[in-house]
Amino acid sequence: MDMALTVLTWALLMAGAFFLLTGALGMVRLPDVFTRMHAAGMTDTMGAGLILAGLFVHALSAGDQLVAVPVRLLLILGFLWFTSPIATHATAKAALSGGVRPFTLAAAESGDLPESAGSGEEPGGARQLTPPGDGSGAGQSGEEQGGASS
Amino acid sequence: MFAVTAAALLVAMGLAMCRALLGPTAYDRVLALNNIGTKTVVLIAVLGFLNGRPDFLDLAIAYALINFIGTIAVLKYIEYGDLGAPSRPDGRETN
Amino acid sequence: MNRAPWLWGILFALWLLLSWHFEPLFIIFGLFTCTVAVWVSVRMGVVDRESLPVHLIGRAVGYVPWLVWEVFRSNVRVARIILSPRMLVDPSIVHFRASQATDLGRFIYANSITLTPGTVTTGVTGDDMEVHAIVQSEIDGSEENDMNRRVAVLEGKDPR
Repeated sequence: MDMALTVLTWALLMAGAFFLLTGALGMVRLPDVFTRMHAAGMTDTMGAGLILAGLFVHALSAGDQLVAVPVRLLLILGFLWFTSPIATHATAKAALSGGVRPFTLAAAESGDLPESAGSGEEPGGARQLTPPGDGSGAGQSGEEQGGASS
Repeated sequence: MFAVTAAALLVAMGLAMCRALLGPTAYDRVLALNNIGTKTVVLIAVLGFLNGRPDFLDLAIAYALINFIGTIAVLKYIEYGDLGAPSRPDGRETN
Repeated sequence: MNRAPWLWGILFALWLLLSWHFEPLFIIFGLFTCTVAVWVSVRMGVVDRESLPVHLIGRAVGYVPWLVWEVFRSNVRVARIILSPRMLVDPSIVHFRASQATDLGRFIYANSITLTPGTVTTGVTGDDMEVHAIVQSEIDGSEENDMNRRVAVLEGKDPR
């Protein structure tokens, strides 16, 4: 019985570590900020979830402080699963309204990689990615206007 | 086994830190930092188990709260250039 | 339904679970703190159907396990894309129609879409969901329709 729980803890922790590392690899490999969000979502959901589940099983099998530890683990997990999509959505919305064009295969094949134009630094780097046509519209620099209004 | 998990977390945080340093846009950095924050929460929890001190879980809860608020605050600052502005600087609706 | 007692009960249960001390002093502190917190919340007018959806608890018991399974499946799919040597991503922005009746239902639907890796909700206008998908061809709409229907059931609306 105890052996089985130890094996289950190992399996959950290692599966969590696998998703964590895959997600981190995706953060580095994927081509633009929107696709990277999917990789970030992997670490937020399954990576953190499986590791915390492994800790949960371990806490149950260890037996001491049977209430305090599992309740806290469940709280952390619930909080992460509630806030992760909100933070991701906020990032996506901010990136879209900040003028970042999503990477598409069609644009990549025609050699028009958004990334190649983005050598600039933040926060102006995001705005440099806007097409020349509407560079003054959606990509309006928030810093200057915000400073003027305050 | 907690040491292995902690090592995997640190490697993943290093990869995410690469993305935070490489950019290229501010949103990549915010995304990477939010991700590092999530991993920090899990790392604190794992370290608590590694040292046999589950009290660390309280710190993990507090860090999860701070990480979320911080991400939203940074995004709001990037988008509006102001933390208190009720609407967009250019007069459009916030939603 | 008056939700203030619900909020008070949840807060006090959280107090007891996190402290796990049953000395009278700690209980009195807890009673006092929860009462003040509920009083402030009611005064701010933030205790309503959207902020405290206790009417969903019963049906959420059926929805959450399905959502976790769905998150696991899409995690495996995205992991395979990232680990494949050529990394065949074909991202695009697609639109779905949400059939939930309330803002709360649409919020749950949008968050469920974002929670499953491979799809991120980038905008919600009315009942139109703007979704960024990492591989366009895998988003044929059937799974999203399934999720849409389940969230509509969750918020208590009859499925179409």
